[in-house]
Amino acid sequence: MKRILIIGATSGIAIACARLWAAQGSSLFLVARQTEKLQQTAEDLRLRGAAAVHLFVMDANDQPAHAQMLQAALAALYQIDIALIAHGSLPDQSACEQDAVLAVREFANNATSSIALLTVLANQFERQHCGTLAVISSVAGERGRPTNYLYGSAKAAVSAFCEGLRARLFKVGVHVMTIKPGFVDTPMTQGLALPKLLLAQPEQVAREIVQGIERKTCVLYTPKFWALIMLAVRNIPQSLFKRLNL
Amino acid sequence: MTEALYSWGHYPDAPQHPTHCHWQAEVPERLQQLVQAHGSTLVFGKGRSYGDSCLAASGQVLALQGLDRLIAVDWAQGIIRAEAGLTLQALLAMIIPRGWFLPVTPGTQFVTLGGAVANDVHGKNHHRRGTFANHVQRFGLWRQGEYLSCSATEQPELFAATLGGLGLTGIILWVEIRLLPIQASQIDYKVVRFDRLSEFFALSAALDHQHEYSVAWVDCLARGDNIGRGVFMVGDHAPYGSLAREERSKLAVPCTPPISLINSLSLKAFNQLYWRIHPAQLTARRGAYEPFFYPLDRLLAWNRMYGRRGFQQYQCVLPEAQAEAALPELLKVIAEAGQGSFLAVLKRCGDLVSPGLLSFPMPGTSLALDFPQRPQLATLFTRLDALVRQAGGRLYPAKDAHMSRADFQQAYPAWQQLEALRDPALNSRFWKRVTT
Repeated sequence: MKRILIIGATSGIAIACARLWAAQGSSLFLVARQTEKLQQTAEDLRLRGAAAVHLFVMDANDQPAHAQMLQAALAALYQIDIALIAHGSLPDQSACEQDAVLAVREFANNATSSIALLTVLANQFERQHCGTLAVISSVAGERGRPTNYLYGSAKAAVSAFCEGLRARLFKVGVHVMTIKPGFVDTPMTQGLALPKLLLAQPEQVAREIVQGIERKTCVLYTPKFWALIMLAVRNIPQSLFKRLNL
Repeated sequence: MTEALYSWGHYPDAPQHPTHCHWQAEVPERLQQLVQAHGSTLVFGKGRSYGDSCLAASGQVLALQGLDRLIAVDWAQGIIRAEAGLTLQALLAMIIPRGWFLPVTPGTQFVTLGGAVANDVHGKNHHRRGTFANHVQRFGLWRQGEYLSCSATEQPELFAATLGGLGLTGIILWVEIRLLPIQASQIDYKVVRFDRLSEFFALSAALDHQHEYSVAWVDCLARGDNIGRGVFMVGDHAPYGSLAREERSKLAVPCTPPISLINSLSLKAFNQLYWRIHPAQLTARRGAYEPFFYPLDRLLAWNRMYGRRGFQQYQCVLPEAQAEAALPELLKVIAEAGQGSFLAVLKRCGDLVSPGLLSFPMPGTSLALDFPQRPQLATLFTRLDALVRQAGGRLYPAKDAHMSRADFQQAYPAWQQLEALRDPALNSRFWKRVTT
């Protein structure tokens, strides 16, 4: 039985992961913004076999609440074996180009809030000397694409932060896993014209995440073929990349 | 390019534009937006209806697959309440380890609870347990801006109209069903091949009442003396064993070939082989539940094998008194046409009455088979329809893309009651075709 903290617990990938953990009989501490969605998710997970499900309503952008949330999680779980950071949003790139306030808010949503949370959680995990911090970044963080560079830059920040944190916490027995999903069929990507062949179901991505956590994978591309795609994308030279409309 | 959804048969070729909902609370607003912009809509689940009953008249569907949460479960009594988008596959994965099974299951587990209610599906145990509706206790319905809980005693009219109501009475948000207790996940079954239709009826009469499940495959190409030869199967939940589930690896048809892979040559070879590999004597075996109930689920997206033009399923039920005389006629017409598919299923239906207004089964025999879509089908279906009409039988709306208005209204006299209770925000291509 694992004790698991999930931030952004009502997101598509988080729910799919939580269902797998619930079926294993884990105890879950779920954090999300909207009470009603959180309650429906919690009840579903209880009935699917979770040993216990605790709720905490919080906006990940509310930094002062982070420490309070951690206290509540520790009071409920005593120790955290896995923390999954799964909140986020998909910004409208063209709107962000016209509105600096929106751009910065979206960056905060996807990067600053995660960095703040990870800072608080890292110290707890450092004291525990065990556990895994699993963070959902994105393949989008590997290149700044003209169609999605606000999201990309935020995820790049998260990936780099995780890489450094992984090296810091490795020495004390704590694992940090960077998760880089490709296109996943979740509410966040609904309405986008994504290529069907590349579109993965959240259940598949969740299976790979849960397995990756068990195997202590450092950087998880999910579905796995994205490792190959990104190898190619990373190696497109700048002189060509700037001419593309990816 | 935006996402387009089709019915399982990919015929008619009417792409549906989805609006997705992942939470019950989103439903009223999205519904209102769709109705304002397009007049009406229809809920879309897994798209396993074959013809046009799951296609919105407006081409704009409300996709509710994301409503897949459990709401309440009584594991002692075997009562489960879940959101309507939950698939039977996901449900089975949760209930089997706890010693429960679906009381009625159709031939695929890739359907939603809401779809099972809306089409009042039935399975291999119709002779024992009736249809899915016989096991529904209540459901939540969003209808004309109002949330209603419906059961045999609350909103009884809407309850009856929604069971088999093709999703037209309102949006089914959640469903509560009674489950069937099991001791093991495996199935004890007996199988035997038969040489002609009369043997099927003899086997069915001798064995059905002793077993929970009964079904037969029929070689739709066999002619002359062999007409109606096939393979008969009866089964029961194993009385002892493990509740573990073996998840079978699944293959997928990766793309749609330009023409149908199912043609008279491939079909003849397959049917011959399939009939030959089954024992000539009644043989007892034990097997996993998935291949027993859902043989085709192993091949994901098998509908693609029929090529771009898709296919139609013809499923009719013939009343008890006429079935033995009319079925050979039907099979003869089909065999002469040389079309048809390897999926040809015969099933005796029992006399348990469904509480649903527009339920398909009746005491008698049901025949289902798939045909690759081609222009000549219309002629064949006209001939088959005449035989079904003459025998007093009827066709299954969930499988249909061709039934005439007159045949529908004759076979389902309660349709006017359903029309009176239909939510004007909802309409399907099927309903428009057979009622106006």
